[in-house]
Amino acid sequence: MLTPEERAEIEAEFAHYPNRKAVSIDAMKIVQKHRGWVSDDALIDIGGLLGMSVSDLDGIATFYNLLFRHPVGRHVIYICDSVSCWIMGSDRQCSHIADRLKLQPGDTTADGRFTLIPIVCLGACDHAPVMMVDDDTHLDLTPEKIDRILERYT
Amino acid sequence: MPAEKPLTGSMRADGGALNRDAYERAGGYRALRKVLSSMTPAAVIDEVKDSNLRGRGGAGFPAGLKWSFVPEHAPHPRYLVANADEMEPGTFKDRLLLEANPHQLIEGMALAGYATGTDVAYIFLRGEYKLAARRISMAIAEAEEGGYLGKNILNSGYSIELHLHVSAGRYMCGEETGMLNALEGKRANPRSKPPFPPVCGLFGMPTTVNNVETLCNVPHIINNGAAWFKRLSRGKDGGTKLYGASGKVKHPGLWELPMGTTIREILEEHAGGMREGLRFRGVLPGGASTDFLTEEHLDVAMDFTEVQKAGSRMGTGTMIVLDDKTCPVGMVSNLEHFFAQESCGWCTPCWSGLGWVERILKAMEEGRGQPGDLEKLAFQTKFWTPGHTFCALAPGAAEPLQSALKYFRGDFERHINEKRCPWK
Repeated sequence: MLTPEERAEIEAEFAHYPNRKAVSIDAMKIVQKHRGWVSDDALIDIGGLLGMSVSDLDGIATFYNLLFRHPVGRHVIYICDSVSCWIMGSDRQCSHIADRLKLQPGDTTADGRFTLIPIVCLGACDHAPVMMVDDDTHLDLTPEKIDRILERYT
Repeated sequence: MPAEKPLTGSMRADGGALNRDAYERAGGYRALRKVLSSMTPAAVIDEVKDSNLRGRGGAGFPAGLKWSFVPEHAPHPRYLVANADEMEPGTFKDRLLLEANPHQLIEGMALAGYATGTDVAYIFLRGEYKLAARRISMAIAEAEEGGYLGKNILNSGYSIELHLHVSAGRYMCGEETGMLNALEGKRANPRSKPPFPPVCGLFGMPTTVNNVETLCNVPHIINNGAAWFKRLSRGKDGGTKLYGASGKVKHPGLWELPMGTTIREILEEHAGGMREGLRFRGVLPGGASTDFLTEEHLDVAMDFTEVQKAGSRMGTGTMIVLDDKTCPVGMVSNLEHFFAQESCGWCTPCWSGLGWVERILKAMEEGRGQPGDLEKLAFQTKFWTPGHTFCALAPGAAEPLQSALKYFRGDFERHINEKRCPWK
């Protein structure tokens, strides 16, 4: 079941578009904001509200990089793996994070604290290498700087 | 006299956003008042046509001409979309315009909206630009309160709604018709054209899509005139340009300079040249989907016309620099991985060819290159051309690959012959 809060936030989006289906991506983002990810049950509930099939919604959810169809950690680390960051050594920064957290890119730590996801260019190439943790962008990464940043996310 | 910087000149030094008051004090919303009180939509289009403002998203299509494609008696509602999905690797110019002066974009959209008879407009913003999202939302609320958006703006009888759509991330969303599908709540596959968006776009209605930087120029053209705008440029394409540089230059960054500033001036004077101990080998002049240029092209003027003559495209104008200690094959491998991953999977040359090329390049980097690989790579790029695909993703992917095969052929051959990456 969608919570009253989720439902109200989704319905507030209806005013911006001429039909309910156009709200599908916003609706899944709203649910994900509250729950961390978008479950099968959530798709059924969103489908009911928007008049869409679950398979349509799943096709949309899996297309977009920032929608998650399985649970993630409390914090998501997005490390840029595109060209400017690659030139500036993002491979090494990504390996550093993976070693420190004892996981492979794409995985979640055993304690559920972090998920590590390589992502396309984050648009801060003059400060490469770059990563985001949740909503925050972190620039000019070095292993030492990464260690300090990650400690802030508990 | 210092060069004029209409786009960035009034921005705050501390990186904060100009609020409505500060924007108005800097001359903001004057153009909108002028247009609504004294210009017809056709006169606005003519002024922008005369200015030679070319689209700053990468393709360089003349903005005024694009607006004129919405038929005069086309039905309503009509839509306008600001493409703020800046996802071209190596590109970080619109971020500044969105974060530091969102009202400039809003005014540009109100002007473009008036010119095209738009009823509803969207800013399509990439999901990762969180700060921009907060600042745009605040600016939209301020603009509505100031009477610059909404019903009967500035008592002119013209009404325009503006909404912010925050995307969920996919390179394909930046493609014009992919973006329209995304706004309709669908996968961002491109559409088969014709019909083109000015006739049948968002929700089947007439639609105009412009890049952020393009729209931000419009208030200045209206205030100062087309002739002034043309004079800002050193070449035929009007205005200034936000140029950027990333890679191993001394001072990576972003600069608003006259359109047509040379690659050498940008890289040497503004980016400070290469880092100590490194030599310049090549540059992607405008993002991942542009052809490499090399040392012989350093004096090429960065505008749409001249870069094209040199065999590449200006694209977004944000340059990615390759140095002599970075493997060109590794760089191209990274680029083709990006394109393969972000392809929507509709056209065969794209989904099939990109995956194949990605695997060949990865194998080459890992010392498993085979004789004949270079011919296979070149063969694939021949299918990644307009006419074989529905959108520009695969043609864009061809550009760095085909030019790398031309300029860095010896590096590819070494990978195959030595069965290793010589840079590792």
